[in-house]
Amino acid sequence: MIEHVLQTLPQVIIDGLALGAVYAIVALGYTMVYGILELINFAHGEIFMTGAFVGTALLLSFSAFGWLSSMPMLLALLLVLVATSIVTGLLGMGIERIAYRPLRNAPKLITLITAIGISFLLQDFVRFITELKKGNYILTGPSLFTGQVNISASSIWSGFHDASVKSSFFIVLVTAVVMMVTLDFFVNKTKWGMAMRAVAQDRETAALMSVNVNKVIALTFFIGSALGGATGVLFAIQYGTIDPYIGFILGLKAFTAAVLGGIGNIRGAMFGGIVLGLLEMFAAANLPIVSDGILGAEYKDVFAFSILIIVLIFKPEGLFGKVSVEKV
Amino acid sequence: MKKWLNVLEKNKRLQATVIGMYIATTFISLYLAQKSVVAFLLLLSSLLFLYFTSFSNRVKWVIGILVLSVLLPLAASQGEAYQSYMEVATLVGIYIAMALGLNIVVGLAGLLDLGFVAFFAIGAYTYGIFATAQANNFMPFGHYPLSGESFWIFLIIGCIVAAIFGVLLGIPVLRVKGDYLAIVTLGFGEIIRIIFNNLDKPVNITNGAMGLASVQPPKLFGIEFMYPSQFYYVVLVILLLTIFIVRRLEYSKIGRAWKAVRENEIAAQAMGIPLVRTKLMAFAVGASFSGMMGVVFAAKQTFVDPTSFTLLESITILVMVILGGMGSVPGVILGAALVTILNLQVLTELTNWLNQLSLSGVVHIPDALSPAKMQRFIFGLILIVFALYRPQGLLPAKNPRFDEKELKSGVTNVADGKEGAKGVYFNG
Repeated sequence: MIEHVLQTLPQVIIDGLALGAVYAIVALGYTMVYGILELINFAHGEIFMTGAFVGTALLLSFSAFGWLSSMPMLLALLLVLVATSIVTGLLGMGIERIAYRPLRNAPKLITLITAIGISFLLQDFVRFITELKKGNYILTGPSLFTGQVNISASSIWSGFHDASVKSSFFIVLVTAVVMMVTLDFFVNKTKWGMAMRAVAQDRETAALMSVNVNKVIALTFFIGSALGGATGVLFAIQYGTIDPYIGFILGLKAFTAAVLGGIGNIRGAMFGGIVLGLLEMFAAANLPIVSDGILGAEYKDVFAFSILIIVLIFKPEGLFGKVSVEKV
Repeated sequence: MKKWLNVLEKNKRLQATVIGMYIATTFISLYLAQKSVVAFLLLLSSLLFLYFTSFSNRVKWVIGILVLSVLLPLAASQGEAYQSYMEVATLVGIYIAMALGLNIVVGLAGLLDLGFVAFFAIGAYTYGIFATAQANNFMPFGHYPLSGESFWIFLIIGCIVAAIFGVLLGIPVLRVKGDYLAIVTLGFGEIIRIIFNNLDKPVNITNGAMGLASVQPPKLFGIEFMYPSQFYYVVLVILLLTIFIVRRLEYSKIGRAWKAVRENEIAAQAMGIPLVRTKLMAFAVGASFSGMMGVVFAAKQTFVDPTSFTLLESITILVMVILGGMGSVPGVILGAALVTILNLQVLTELTNWLNQLSLSGVVHIPDALSPAKMQRFIFGLILIVFALYRPQGLLPAKNPRFDEKELKSGVTNVADGKEGAKGVYFNG
């Protein structure tokens, strides 16, 4: 049994890293918004999904115009990523303006309910447009970066099997790392990043220190949503087929990752995302074998949610979070 | 218009005439025009008008029960559409009971539960497994399917099993609060659905994605309940019982404790309310209503499969509560009825109508836009609009007002004081 687990390990790690990178960036959106507003932006998973659709639509129209063959693939990807992140970033800002800002002083329950409403609205809106254009709401993008790369893990240690990856894996990983490093730099080293941290610490005092709180919050939503949308494009390229309902479960898992890393903590969210992706792939590959076929690979979602529940019970502040005490 | 309403508000006899005429007209129109869904809905809406009249509670209840148990079935029974009307009415009843259950958790105790349909699923499977041959696969004793007479016992069992799961969910959830709670319950709902979907191996308990077919219909004194028109009465009785229990709970000690926890946990704790027990109680009671309705649902559909218990269902029930008004029993009843009828009747009728229009070439409506598919859009819109502009819902919850002088003077004893307070509650 252990032998088998080890054999598949290289493949599991590679798949897990790709998934984990996606979780990590989506988790960033949750954690940034939570850090500033103490609000779970339920619609964030849907922003990710919208990004996937916008990106795929752009790629499809690029290939319809014949641009894909005439320009370098990476340039096309870069254009699509930038365009999509601007669209979803503005979408995120709009959502904040319409649905969250009027409720900033309302009970949390009410804000959560609008967030659920927004996410349902977005799902159906995207479904509607896709179905109108394509006749079916399940969308398959143009296949890019499909070259297979073999990683001969068996040469490292004979107990491993070789792993094979789509070349899009490297694109996903590199883009994700670039986005995370840039964000980290932005938040920790720039003036606007300092303003964001100040607002997260204490909104009123930050306002007294002449920080424009509304602007900072809008910026946070823009950045989080732009990153989420760009990740959507990466997801669509890596996995090919998308539908309007991918956002909800993926968002939930990304939220799990954010909680795992300590909600409000940006580096924690990155770490949590990678860990969750690896764990989930590991579970999907090995649960049926370890449990003698009793637990199928379908239980991988249960596995992820169990992690969420366990973390919330035993370490609700997450791996890197600070314990907060509620006062009257 | 306003003057007329004022006159109407003051004059009880006029109210009686108007409501009587209204019920009579709609009754006759449904009796004569069997296919008219509008007449059916108008007759149902007489209950709403009844709610706004200034009769005493007892009179309202008597008229309401009379309309629901005699007039509505009688008027609908004259044509072919009888069973489909009763089907709608039965489902409305089931959803009202569930929404009342969720109302306890969300509206009274203020705990946002996004996996509420899980308890419904648990109830449905509890009956479904034992009322089909499925239980033979893992039960060492007994012969299955159990006969339809066991349905009545399973109503209680479904309640208890769902309540146990409610407590099981509640125990870990107690350590998290607010928004985390919503996520955990959402995860729980998904877990339950995935487990039911995959529990066909190693031992085939739920038959996986295939679902459980031909569940035994309930039986009482040798009569099998097969048709919606018969289930209607089962649901009606359970519903009345539910409303009675919910209303009693709302003003009981535990009900007031729930409201206190909702308003401020720390303050409630400081006032000596046991936080853990109160929250667990809310989960258990809410879940048990849902579980009981799950049993009824399984028996009515005679088929249970995991696709009936998706997140969309949980959100639908939440929409009912938000639309009607969190914490308000009449509001939630109205919200549940509106959403269910919208779902089952209005959207399908509209779709059929649009299809006919596009068939005859008047207008062309693309398939993507067909109203039956727009559920999520409509529900999302309702949630946003109500949360932004009317968070208290259509019929807001009112707290009973006690007349301090009356209570202090000791003219009325405690029981009378309670009655009086309720009167105030109803008559605004």
